[in-house]
Amino acid sequence: MSGLELKQFEGPGLAPIDLSIEPGECVTLTGLSGSGKTRLLRAIADLDPHQGDALVAGHSMFAMPATDWRRQVGLLPAESHWWRDQVSEHFITTPIQLLAELGLDADCLGWQVSRISSGERQRLALARLLDRKPAVLLLDEPTANLDPDNTAHVEQLILRYAKEHGAAILWVSHDPLQRKRISQHRLQIVGNRIAAEANA
Amino acid sequence: MTLIQLSALDLSIAALLVLGLAGLSWRLKLGVERQLLIAALRSIVQLLLLGLILKTLFSQNAPLPIIALTLFMLGVAGYEVMARQKRRFKGVWGIGIGTLSMFISSFSITLLALHLVIQVDPWYTPQYLIPLLGMLLGNTMSGMAIALDNLTKSAWQERGAIEAQLILGESWSKAIGEIRREALRSGLIPIINAMAAAGIVSLPGMMTGQILAGSPPMEAAKYQIMILLLIAVGTGLGAIVAVWIGSRRLFDERQRLRLDRLTKP
Repeated sequence: MSGLELKQFEGPGLAPIDLSIEPGECVTLTGLSGSGKTRLLRAIADLDPHQGDALVAGHSMFAMPATDWRRQVGLLPAESHWWRDQVSEHFITTPIQLLAELGLDADCLGWQVSRISSGERQRLALARLLDRKPAVLLLDEPTANLDPDNTAHVEQLILRYAKEHGAAILWVSHDPLQRKRISQHRLQIVGNRIAAEANA
Repeated sequence: MTLIQLSALDLSIAALLVLGLAGLSWRLKLGVERQLLIAALRSIVQLLLLGLILKTLFSQNAPLPIIALTLFMLGVAGYEVMARQKRRFKGVWGIGIGTLSMFISSFSITLLALHLVIQVDPWYTPQYLIPLLGMLLGNTMSGMAIALDNLTKSAWQERGAIEAQLILGESWSKAIGEIRREALRSGLIPIINAMAAAGIVSLPGMMTGQILAGSPPMEAAKYQIMILLLIAVGTGLGAIVAVWIGSRRLFDERQRLRLDRLTKP
């Protein structure tokens, strides 16, 4: 059981925030494009310089090497990148079950990255991340390119993962219905502040 | 065999031919006549100056001015490496990486060659030191410039793939590993080609010079072999150092990819 805690944490261009996400809890974040959602997630994953501290299961990011931190704090960027030719080379295990739950055939591990569609890419990027069992998920619009069926699959899978592994989730979503479906708490960026979503 | 000396008249014949080429460039609207003439003029002035400086150094044989000249050559070579980068490292790193890695490779190898191989006494005898160092610097310079340029260019193009690996918890050196290897390969290819073609496609400059100056061809060949081998080692060593420092500099202490440490092209 872990959970994510932010202490006077400053995303680029944002005022400092204190935030605590319990193990198994899902918090959504919304805001106009360019308001700093993506940059906040990148800063929490320690990919960009920032002020303030973040903790997983009570352990500060500064108390461990950046590689250990990022293994626990799994960021799913809006656009996925692949550095090898074949899909399977990006996985540690052969997660057939996980792929099936995402509506993907096990064959897809043998595919060339250049051949896969944007929807498959997005689901495979999620599978690649969950394959490494992070304790926190930072999701940047994980269902943006998916049809309603696949969106439902992905939502269920992520929520189940959170429950099973006690993972804390910070989920950026533009879809108000989705935010209501999946979250315990909803946040939005207004100006440079992060506050509870207005109609929550 | 004695050296046939060139007179001012001999040189002006060559210069007239260059003027002719410039005229042709103007006639064919190539637009390079200005550059051509300036470059030709530069080479004349620079080489005459070098001849003059070497003449003085040779006659004095004092270590300090000789060392000063080698440092000046090193600085210029470091600047050249930087100038050939499309995306340079900001601040002192821009000129520092090339200069430092050439200092480590070219200087150490030149000293090694002078001390152990040719056994010149004293080691700073300018007749050996300056041409050897010049050839090493000039040749390792291009290998290093290519390797560094490749490194920063690929890091920029493939920043998404590098960060994707960092996000999944890989270390910076693993995330840039393939790019680093590719950069090193690209830096070493010119000298590998030069060694493979030496004597068949190209008659190397130093050997040509020694033969013109009256050395027996076998002696010239042996010197040329030595210098080619030394250049290969110097290029490899220098490129490894430069690419290692450069790739480390692309990441900070929290292993973040810091492309903001490069200038815009």
